[in-house]
Amino acid sequence: MLAAALRKELLLQWRSRSQMMAVFVFGASSLLLFSFAVGPNAEMLRTFSAGFLWLGLLLSSTLTLSESFHAEMENRALEGMLLLPSDPRALYYGKAIANWLQLTILGVALVPVMVVLYDAGTMQLPRLLLIIALGAAGLSAPGTLYAAMTAQVRAKQTLLPLLLFPLIVPALLASVKATSLVILGDPMQQSRAWIALLGAFDLIYWSLCGLLYGRVVEE
Amino acid sequence: MRKGWIFVALGVAFLLVGSYLGLFVAPAEQYMGNVQRIMYVHVPTAWNWMLAVLYAFGCAIAFLFTARTKWDARMEAGLEVGTLFAFLLCCQGAIWAKPTWGVWWDWDPRLTSVAVLLFAFLGILALRGFVDDPQRRAVWCAVATIIASVDLPIVYYSVKWWNSLHQQQSTPQTVSSSFHLPLRLNAFGVLFLMIGFIMLRTRIAEMRLEREMAGPPVSMGEGELA
Repeated sequence: MLAAALRKELLLQWRSRSQMMAVFVFGASSLLLFSFAVGPNAEMLRTFSAGFLWLGLLLSSTLTLSESFHAEMENRALEGMLLLPSDPRALYYGKAIANWLQLTILGVALVPVMVVLYDAGTMQLPRLLLIIALGAAGLSAPGTLYAAMTAQVRAKQTLLPLLLFPLIVPALLASVKATSLVILGDPMQQSRAWIALLGAFDLIYWSLCGLLYGRVVEE
Repeated sequence: MRKGWIFVALGVAFLLVGSYLGLFVAPAEQYMGNVQRIMYVHVPTAWNWMLAVLYAFGCAIAFLFTARTKWDARMEAGLEVGTLFAFLLCCQGAIWAKPTWGVWWDWDPRLTSVAVLLFAFLGILALRGFVDDPQRRAVWCAVATIIASVDLPIVYYSVKWWNSLHQQQSTPQTVSSSFHLPLRLNAFGVLFLMIGFIMLRTRIAEMRLEREMAGPPVSMGEGELA
């Protein structure tokens, strides 16, 4: 059931890939704008590069997350799926995994932009990929749950960030810190602790949100 | 309704006596001087804020298990009082921080966690305002309250680790016995005030719910329009 739900989500995302491209352009242009907030100071830009990358990804994520429930609201598709003899948890995890993949790809795509704009390169690519994957998982688990709520109300564009931003403070903090240590050098080996914190956050919210999702979509 | 007002009056009385003792009778603190006297309201607010968050969390869980509307009304009251106390805590903390640390704001784990939860609760209250179907509103707010409350300890510890890499803030000194009485009186004062507020606010929420249930049925198919 989970595989079927995931397949449906991935197919949906593949068919709307132009939307993904637009979100990427949005993220990249926000990275460009952040540099105007700091000024043409190469050293400072490099120092803040990790924070800018994650803020760019966070802002873009509100677009992809709310979009992921857009199709469900048309023609009451969500209600139709809930009528199927299936566990709503499978629907949740299918969507959350699809969102996670999308955000990870988006994050990876934003890295070259960051490298070019802020001169913030690194050779520890596997570790950077791990951090992006874990951070994207931290965004997608509560983000998918909140998107399921806010997609059904008016003012959804405002409500989703309002609910999501305070919640993901620990994940954002840990992702920025770990990414920044990877880029700027990590003499004290601290990035491992931040990755562990990120993993713990993911574990808590992937299980908790899966448990609660059934209650959110029930009629 | 009546009992709520009695608690509010009791809280105000305790606060008046406790604050009088704290402002005029208790000695000034050795290092911080008179600035430290804000502790007599700040610490009781902090304790009771934690109680309010726990109360809202408990009501949210109780609602999800029982689906009885009285828990929704109680949760609404807990959320609102928790938001109010978090706001008060941020203001009091800033007032205390300016003369002591020289800045209005510091990335202290306690201060930051309170601010994060303040915004999380404001978000949930906004969600309450935007959902018209009472049943849905109750379930969603209960879910959001549980998720936000679980976040609180994670925020606290992550900010603590994060900040410890920059600077370590001095912890409040252990308190001498001459400070105890005003602190205790005010702690009970704020507690009674909070209980009174929650009772009054719960009654208002219940009356609103009753009116909503009795009114014309909420139109279906909102998702279609959106």
